[in-house]
Amino acid sequence: VAYLCFYSVQLSNMLAAIIMLIFICFCVHFQNTAGQFFSSGHTNNWAVLVCTSRFWFNYRHVANTLSVYRSVKRLGIPDSHIVLMLADDMACNHRNPKPATVFSHRNMELNVYGDDVEVDYRGYEVTVENFLRVLTGRLPPSTPRSKRLLSDDRSNILIYLTGHGGNGFLKFQDSEEISNVELADAFEQMWQKRRYNELLFIIDTCQGASMYERFYSPNIMALASSQVGEDSLSHQPDLAIGVHLMDRYTFYLLEFLEDIHPASKSNMNDLFKVCPKSQCVSTPGHRTDLFLRDPGSVLITDFFGSVRKVEITMEAIHLTDPILQLEDGEEVQEKTYSYVDQLPVSEIIHQKPKQKDWHPPDGFILGLWTLILLVFFKTYGIKHLKHIF
Amino acid sequence: MLRYRFETRYRTATIMEEDALNKPTAAGADESLHTLSESPCGSLVFYVIPELSLLLPKDTDVYIGQRRTALLRVSSQVGVGRTLEQLLAQLEPRIKQVLQVMSFSHTDVSAVLSDRVRFNPDSKEGIADSMRAFKSSPGYEITFSLLNPDPTSHQLHWDIEGAVQTYIQPLLTKLSPVANFSIDSQTLYYSVLGVKPRFDSSCDAYTLNADSLAHVINPVEARLGSNAASSNPVLNFLLYVPDAHHSPLKIQDHRKQEVPSNAFHSPRWGGIMVYNVNGFYEPEAELPVDISINMAEVMGVFLAQLRLLLGVQSSPPPPGFLVAPRGSSGLADWELDRLMWSRCVENIATATTTITSLAQLLDQISNIVINDNIAEQVSSAVNSLQLAVAELEAGNLKYALQLSKEAILASEKAFFDPSLLHLLYFPDDQKFAIYIPLFLPMCVPILLSLIKMASEARQKRREKLAKKD
Repeated sequence: VAYLCFYSVQLSNMLAAIIMLIFICFCVHFQNTAGQFFSSGHTNNWAVLVCTSRFWFNYRHVANTLSVYRSVKRLGIPDSHIVLMLADDMACNHRNPKPATVFSHRNMELNVYGDDVEVDYRGYEVTVENFLRVLTGRLPPSTPRSKRLLSDDRSNILIYLTGHGGNGFLKFQDSEEISNVELADAFEQMWQKRRYNELLFIIDTCQGASMYERFYSPNIMALASSQVGEDSLSHQPDLAIGVHLMDRYTFYLLEFLEDIHPASKSNMNDLFKVCPKSQCVSTPGHRTDLFLRDPGSVLITDFFGSVRKVEITMEAIHLTDPILQLEDGEEVQEKTYSYVDQLPVSEIIHQKPKQKDWHPPDGFILGLWTLILLVFFKTYGIKHLKHIF
Repeated sequence: MLRYRFETRYRTATIMEEDALNKPTAAGADESLHTLSESPCGSLVFYVIPELSLLLPKDTDVYIGQRRTALLRVSSQVGVGRTLEQLLAQLEPRIKQVLQVMSFSHTDVSAVLSDRVRFNPDSKEGIADSMRAFKSSPGYEITFSLLNPDPTSHQLHWDIEGAVQTYIQPLLTKLSPVANFSIDSQTLYYSVLGVKPRFDSSCDAYTLNADSLAHVINPVEARLGSNAASSNPVLNFLLYVPDAHHSPLKIQDHRKQEVPSNAFHSPRWGGIMVYNVNGFYEPEAELPVDISINMAEVMGVFLAQLRLLLGVQSSPPPPGFLVAPRGSSGLADWELDRLMWSRCVENIATATTTITSLAQLLDQISNIVINDNIAEQVSSAVNSLQLAVAELEAGNLKYALQLSKEAILASEKAFFDPSLLHLLYFPDDQKFAIYIPLFLPMCVPILLSLIKMASEARQKRREKLAKKD
């Protein structure tokens, strides 16, 4: 009986036309509502919350953003997955009669600032450039993790913008603007790199619907607080603070979200009904034609919360080796560390008066002297020059 | 269009191989065969043994070893009265079956490419696998955390450094051609799970059912922290020791049955294991009790979860197959090969699409300035891609993987270069709105004077003609 040995070997793999593969991408997609694992197709959640206005009278925009931040955190998204951009600091503003608070309800009922707020981009860091860099991922290599949007192809991202806007643009910091075309291009670049699985875009500005008109990437759902030609109005002023506290759309959105808990089954159709014209005065709009799933099957917690999918670990590996004892002898080397002098204390205490370096007289003084000389010689004639030289 | 083929070669066994196959156990035979010759990366060797051989137990026909070999048992009638070609044709379906287990299949590759090609729902395992495993990345960070919600009762000691060195490091060293890994560990005190466990009198323990597990992770995640210096994906492994009032804590699956490993994992995030210590001390013992955690048990579970999260699928083998236990590193060579094939394909696909979309972007936006370093990165990426595809065609898996990693690094660097930000968008109506108020008032007197000059010139010419006449 002879042993036969098969030497079955090499795999080969022709990837010649893989680009063609990419271009036939969306022809077959699955819609499977059986089981939570497949219904939404995402494994993690991110949120990018941006307030674009500065100055004290735009208190309501900061309050808007912070209320969405608070809801999103309450429903489970951790700070490491939230990029919060606030263009101005209302809580510690000199004009705030109650420092370290930002209220969203009249009579100071609800403080949305709290003590657990992590602002990633603050003040003048909130610019169109930084916002687009965060979205597309083109940040300088020294940017820390908390300032990056590290999403992958299975991330659902919530993007919330608020501020002053117009037909086709959103104003940043009262000095620059982002147009709807730039935003649509940024989303397309995100899609090209598969930086999101699904995107929910909410905007609360005047004529907000114009900002989502130009989107053309798939899997985006958009909501806006007002149509083109309409203004989004603010909700209520607080007489003690002196400014309007919230915008209407976000106020009713916050009320709606307060009823949502992590196990809630409300879907997007409920979100579309938030703030009808009777309450909001403007007509909220939404856009779902780019979204592949039916909005009725999309849970609110798919975007606002972070419900993780879990699997039970069925097997374990049986390990039998004993633990190696690491030799501490050579590892622990007694290195004596010493700090560099933080402050040159000796120089400060025994300070000699600093020698001021001599500078030649600057232009203004020279010009003045020249003027005086010219006037003198003009008045008294040029013959005096001989006496000088 | 993805095509792949297997090249097969066959020969009779050498004397030394026959000696090796005469060993008493399959594992011993496997080991001595390995010492004879090391098969190159990406290849498999099957040994066909006669039916009467005692190497394999009675009901198993195939033994899959730890390295790249498999033993096939063939019934003796097969070889009777047939030519070599007929024999080989007879054995082909068996070989295909083994290849399905040991090497990659079409579903594996489609799962890996699932972010570009969403495929039909009849391969649910493929979808689940693609969602669970992390995407290919040059590096990963692994964090082991010990959660002690009750330090007043339990003083926990875990030799994490030794355990990592003994149990986890061999796997990571074996996976070093695929990615770099960095490990840290921490202990968190007074961190509780987000759900309240319920007391189940039938098993005399507190239980967490499968539905509430999803809400456990979020409150803990806020406390975990991560290394701020790198943007690599983080795998978190948490060891939770329940507090004295809620011990023992068992996890129940959907069918209300106890889970032997008492652990669960979340796709693309990490794993959590609940370790009960109430058996280690008497109820009347003086608190706090010193408890030394059995790291072998813990690391066994974490290692299994780590394999799943990194994409080493372990579907149950078909009946009649016996798969050797994994060995000290926790990963068989053929599993590593399978992972390397899928990673290589994924890297090449991602790098290709990155460069293509970069080219599209630069076509669309005409006024972007492309620095020299970006051009260099792109050309080196294209170079590496071509070489990787060539190596993959030839079957040199190791070089192909290395080249694909270089390609992906270069293409990502080029695509995510901070200078490629296009900020200035001028729609046409804005351009009109800016230039017309500027130039129109200037142009009015110019135009009028031009008209005047023209009419004067015409006048003069008419006068000249009139004079001539």
